[in-house]
Amino acid sequence: MAGEISDAIIRVRDITVQFGKTRVLDGLNLDVKRGEILGFVGPSGAGKSVLTRTIIGLVPKIAGRIEVFGVDLDAASAAERRGVERRWGILFQQGALFSSLTVRQNIQFPVREYLKVSQRLLDEIMVAKLGMVGLRPEVADRYPSELSGGMIKRVALARALALDPELVFLDEPTSGLDPIGAGDFDELVRTLQRTLGLTVFMVTHDLDSLYTACDRIAVLGNGKIIAAGSIGDMQASQHPWLRQYFHGKRARAVMG
Amino acid sequence: MSGDPTLERIARGNALALCATGSWTARFAPILERMVADAEKLGGTRPNIFIDVSQVSKLDTFGAWLIERLRRSLTRGGVEAQIAGLSANYSSLVDEVRRVKAEPVVEAEGVTITGMLEQIGRSVAGVGGTLIGLIDMLGAVLAAAARVLIRPRGFRLTSTIHHLEQVCWRAVPIVVLITFLIGCIISQQGIFHFRKFGADIFVVDMLGVLVLREIGVLLVAIMVAGRSGSAYTAELGSMKMREEIDALRTMGFDPIEVLILPRMLALVLALPILAFLGAMAALYGGGLVAWLYGGVDPEAFLLRLRDAISIDHFIVGIIKAPVMAAVIGIVACVEGLAVQGSAESLGQHTTSSVVKGIFFVIVMDGVFAIFFASIGM
Repeated sequence: MAGEISDAIIRVRDITVQFGKTRVLDGLNLDVKRGEILGFVGPSGAGKSVLTRTIIGLVPKIAGRIEVFGVDLDAASAAERRGVERRWGILFQQGALFSSLTVRQNIQFPVREYLKVSQRLLDEIMVAKLGMVGLRPEVADRYPSELSGGMIKRVALARALALDPELVFLDEPTSGLDPIGAGDFDELVRTLQRTLGLTVFMVTHDLDSLYTACDRIAVLGNGKIIAAGSIGDMQASQHPWLRQYFHGKRARAVMG
Repeated sequence: MSGDPTLERIARGNALALCATGSWTARFAPILERMVADAEKLGGTRPNIFIDVSQVSKLDTFGAWLIERLRRSLTRGGVEAQIAGLSANYSSLVDEVRRVKAEPVVEAEGVTITGMLEQIGRSVAGVGGTLIGLIDMLGAVLAAAARVLIRPRGFRLTSTIHHLEQVCWRAVPIVVLITFLIGCIISQQGIFHFRKFGADIFVVDMLGVLVLREIGVLLVAIMVAGRSGSAYTAELGSMKMREEIDALRTMGFDPIEVLILPRMLALVLALPILAFLGAMAALYGGGLVAWLYGGVDPEAFLLRLRDAISIDHFIVGIIKAPVMAAVIGIVACVEGLAVQGSAESLGQHTTSSVVKGIFFVIVMDGVFAIFFASIGM
């Protein structure tokens, strides 16, 4: 565990999550620094998505404490919690776009609910967000079922960014994209992080993303963080899973 | 949190400076929008306007866009407008929004008379399409049934038994309960009104004929349409949405044979059984009320029932059941396969599965009534 970080935007302490008799997370500690892109890796089924969902409050934990923006989410009142929720954006693995709303309505939905602004501004902001994620305004009136996989991810990212959050959670943002599309997406996350000053918590399996997009990497194993640090630290690590992950055939191909 | 945003106007000789301060973020978007709209009216009053953003403590997409919008609208008004004092942190953000195309795409227009007429025309034409779709599905199911008869190994027994459990066995309690209550009500109403003429005992005739010929099967069919027809549509619809049906097809399986035939068969077997159980429950309920409320003791009831009804009444009722089941099943499957990609579409098709199912059941009942009347049954 990397030591205490003073300006941590997410602070996770001794989190334990259990499904039936299987303990998925076991006394896990993690800090995410303001303004960084944290890549979160681990073997399939290790509980990466579970940790994300626990932090955002979709999965109940049996022990531990989670602070986001310095607010203890368990002790927070409903209003405080809403305040926190307004300041984060979440990109779900499958996009989770509302299937009965158009792209336009999907992106405008959170804005419309939280802010009383004119339809004109809503439309302009929607076009701006679409532009930021690299989509043309013409897709605005399509339904999610009429979009390709990559476009769904981009629209979902635009929706996650709709309220200009300070923190975004990306759950496997590049899975299901072709390598070029995935590369573009990494680039996009990098650019947005720079322009909007975002903090990004990214669950990923994509070695390219780790190399090109992430500032820091945390590795999950046996319900704990087994390593956290820069890509160099990861490559230097002697942990068997890390050695295999960062020195396997695919890793060599990426670094090649 | 940094303070509320402001936009001060400071004259600098011939030029005007608009000094933005505070946090220009989404939180303050409604205020910002009003301030910018006010400032946009300055267009044309001065040759030069600076938008000074050096005092802005926080900027996000909303703020950056509104500043950009102000600049554009002043420029359109013939003013030399410039953004000044942009800090390095925010310049990339402003560059980003600068690329936004000014005119937002227009939304589709509202309701018009021609549009409404077009809608009516389309729905009328849609009725024909619906009928063709149903006949198409009937043909496909019969063809699949014929293939299975020739090659019985293709028959999915496990699946059929599973669906039989779902639509028949698990439906028994609710079907029996409701038909029992309806039997009670018919009997009570009959006794109440027939008593005026001293004809209490005729309630047995009415109950027997009504339940066996009409109410038993019709009521059960409507319940099955609501209970199982909707389930079929929702199952097939969500399988369609997740491309499961396409997956089956690409593996060389016929979705009609794998998914629809077992469901249809289960329904066609289930409805006669449920109709029979329902009719018995209704007769039992009616008999109970006749005894407790009308004073017709069970022996007299059974004796009268034997005289009042013949096997024909029972046959007329039960012969309708498999046909109604087929209609419900076909409507449900056609609707299920018509589901498009959205949750809303799934809801619409499930609704229309139940509505159309019940409608066709009642139409079929009418057709059968005419048929049996003309052959004198």
